[in-house]
Amino acid sequence: MALATNQTERTAATTESVVVRYVLTGFALVFLTLFLFVPLVSVFWEALAKGWDLYLAALTDPEAVNAIKLTLITALIAVPLNLVFGVAAAWAIARFEFRGKALLTTLIDLPFSISPVVAGLIYVLLFGAQGWLGPWLAEHDIKIIFAIPGIVLATVFVTFPFVARELIPLMQAQGADEEQAALVLGASGWQTFWRVTLPNIKWGLLYGVILCNARAMGEFGAVSVVSGHIRGQTNTVPLHVEILYNEYNFIGAFACASLLAGLALVTLALKTFVEWRATQQHKGDAVPLEARARLASAH
Amino acid sequence: MSIDIRNVRKTFGDFIALENINLDIASGELLALLGPSGCGKTTLLRIIAGLETPDSGQILFHGEDATDRHVSERQVGFVFQHYALFRHMTVFDNVAFGLSVRPRRSRPSKEEIRERVMKLLKLVQLDWLADAYPAQLSGGQRQRIALARSLAVEPRVLLLDEPFGALDAKVRKDLRRWLRRLHDEMHITSVFVTHDQEEALEVSDRVVVMNHGRIEQAGRPDEIYETPATPFVTQFLGDVNLFHGRVDAGQVAIGDYAHPIADPSATDGAAKVYVRPHDIELSREPGAALASGTIEHIHAVGPIVRVELKRDDSDTYIDAALTKEQYQSLRLMLGDQVYIRPRKVAVFVDEGAHI
Amino acid sequence: MNLFNKKHSVLPGFGLGLGYTLFWLCLIVLLPLLALVLKSSELGWQGFWETVSTDRVIASLKLSFGASLVAALINALFGFLVAWVLVRYSFPGKRFVDALVDLPFALPTAVAGIALTTLYAPNGWFGQYLEPLGIKVAFTPIGIMVALTFIGLPFVVRTVQPVLQDLEAELEEAATCLGANRWQIFQRVIFPATLPALLTGFTLALARATGEFGSVIFIAGNIPMVSEITPLLIIGKLEQYDYLGATAIAVVMLMISFVMLLLINGIQWWAGRRHGIR
Repeated sequence: MALATNQTERTAATTESVVVRYVLTGFALVFLTLFLFVPLVSVFWEALAKGWDLYLAALTDPEAVNAIKLTLITALIAVPLNLVFGVAAAWAIARFEFRGKALLTTLIDLPFSISPVVAGLIYVLLFGAQGWLGPWLAEHDIKIIFAIPGIVLATVFVTFPFVARELIPLMQAQGADEEQAALVLGASGWQTFWRVTLPNIKWGLLYGVILCNARAMGEFGAVSVVSGHIRGQTNTVPLHVEILYNEYNFIGAFACASLLAGLALVTLALKTFVEWRATQQHKGDAVPLEARARLASAH
Repeated sequence: MSIDIRNVRKTFGDFIALENINLDIASGELLALLGPSGCGKTTLLRIIAGLETPDSGQILFHGEDATDRHVSERQVGFVFQHYALFRHMTVFDNVAFGLSVRPRRSRPSKEEIRERVMKLLKLVQLDWLADAYPAQLSGGQRQRIALARSLAVEPRVLLLDEPFGALDAKVRKDLRRWLRRLHDEMHITSVFVTHDQEEALEVSDRVVVMNHGRIEQAGRPDEIYETPATPFVTQFLGDVNLFHGRVDAGQVAIGDYAHPIADPSATDGAAKVYVRPHDIELSREPGAALASGTIEHIHAVGPIVRVELKRDDSDTYIDAALTKEQYQSLRLMLGDQVYIRPRKVAVFVDEGAHI
Repeated sequence: MNLFNKKHSVLPGFGLGLGYTLFWLCLIVLLPLLALVLKSSELGWQGFWETVSTDRVIASLKLSFGASLVAALINALFGFLVAWVLVRYSFPGKRFVDALVDLPFALPTAVAGIALTTLYAPNGWFGQYLEPLGIKVAFTPIGIMVALTFIGLPFVVRTVQPVLQDLEAELEEAATCLGANRWQIFQRVIFPATLPALLTGFTLALARATGEFGSVIFIAGNIPMVSEITPLLIIGKLEQYDYLGATAIAVVMLMISFVMLLLINGIQWWAGRRHGIR
């Protein structure tokens, strides 16, 4: 997760000449500017191209408001579900040895390598009108496809591995010593989990949740297959963006897109903060009190 | 509280970690489990704690079978090798943990907990660090906090896994003495694991030497050092010189040299003869010597002078350790030829039978 | 439950943790995927083959895979460069740039899609300069490559970066002492050490790009046989209520996913064997 920040001092022997460094840095920055920065800026630019009034009007349009509501509801359901799953999976995989562990880990990652369109399709095949459970669902008047449950299911699928894959390596690296110590001291399993495990993994957990949430709110392909694009009812914000764009309502499309881009920026900021916190915590491990006192008195 | 270990066996896949271990630990004893890494000592300690389950065999606490009792119900104190302090809790909360997780019925009041924790922190002389976090402590401080934390639940047994392993030499020495004193004050049955023979011999009442999942020898430190039961124990406890000889009619012959042996009932046959460097006597007089050798290196710093000799009759080397006085009276110089006589030998006839 | 035969441990919660994991995995992932495979079997081998071997499907697969490959190669090259610059050199705003690299992970694909399309459209910020040069990006396969490059950018950077970071300066110092110049050191010391990570990042980017939908459909123009990607074909079939057809194409895509997954695991296994741990 967090990259180590110990930047080794590079001497002349282990770095390139100034010219090479400038050229390489220049190339990298030009590439990133063209491919990442300009597209990001263009979203806000296009959204505000005709001024604030139209921008705000596009955002307060009832259909847009409904889409925002639906996106929030979806994330609010999908993220906690995958949070609980991620913690359970990480507990089983990082704390116990059992046969089939490698296979299980691979299967958990599987949704990452499946096309979102296929992800949507599998739920249509299960719950759609022509699907296996379709007739039974119709009989009991339960709507999953072209309704909110389908959108939630597809979102859960595409965000399935986020929390688990963040926690598994973290918990493996931390080891089970502290939990064993808690048990020896008489703590019960739940006490150990709440008072020792959870505080130790909180940053990793938060990191996974942030990524999971970003994907949940922004998912397009899978949701587009199961939603049915019913305006004002089953349109999430990304789907709403598509509809407006295809209707050549660029201001509306980019206004909604700017909301999502803003979400992306908040995500990146939070993510950077959590990484920073985690490395701070990590760094703290290595500095004994005397050394700190010495450092403090030196200043 | 006494601990009886009966026929304990433990395997990890194909690897046999412990093979038929039997050991009685007396109440109030301070016992060291000594051996090289991978000998099973830590596994045995973890089985006593309940952190591992033996494949077969029993652990008795005070005569009562505790084999199936869960670790959280055994009332043991366990100090982990890397301390396993809860990194997100202050020192105070770490020590208080065991008391604060008790069910409400048996949990002491907040005031009592505070009192007991502070008492323990005073005992380990770290009460001034109550509000610090583990990351802010030095290795020795963490070690003492880990100990205080395990003592807070008033354990019936104290188990320590390589308690001084991760500390530097100076701190190690201090903590050893401190642990010994602490044990003498509290008289709690304690078992610690170590791979450092000096540590085991200095601190404990009794040492159990282990190798390859078996107990090689158990006994008082002086017993173990003076009369090692097996070649392994002899070699593990300190530097030795090895000679090959034959046991015949109550003495052991190494070349032309003969040395009487303590046990007249010893079987005859080829034998390994071990002599510690400080049991080697050097002299300039020939006659009744095991061998002659040429001095190749002298290390004369400190009270003990170490002399390295090359045997004249073969290419092997012999280490001798002399006191400063002996060294000075002999006036040894590099390249001198001297004669070697062992004062004391440990003889093992090759089947492994001890003599 | 012989498959999950755990070794004894004092920690509780194995049954609960693993049970819940398996339950959720089966419910959300495995059963629905099984439904897909079973559905496709309704077609029979003949029907399956006829559906997936039509010119339009083949063309879309070629496009999806080809464009993904080009995008992953661009990302391997520039991703390595970005990782290198971020780890080795310091420049103002580095923290910001480092955070920005993850933008494609955080930015919803539809937003990326419309932004890129607007930029590269003939009257867009980039398009207006490219058009006179005779380069058409939007609504052509080149546009698809641009979108897929955007989507896959962080993969290579984020896999290579930690490996470069952990590379000991002593290795390079040793090589310098032995008389190697910078280029030789890069070629023979640094690059081989980062190769497994680079390959992993490349394959991850490739896998992601092959299945990508949201960012591509806006810029692709979606002209059958020319710029129509495979996931779009599935949607097209669904809209015509041709569930079997959609399923058959989805199974092909699923198989491609599995091959990629196998490839990634293979690379990691190989790298692990070569370098000891992971």
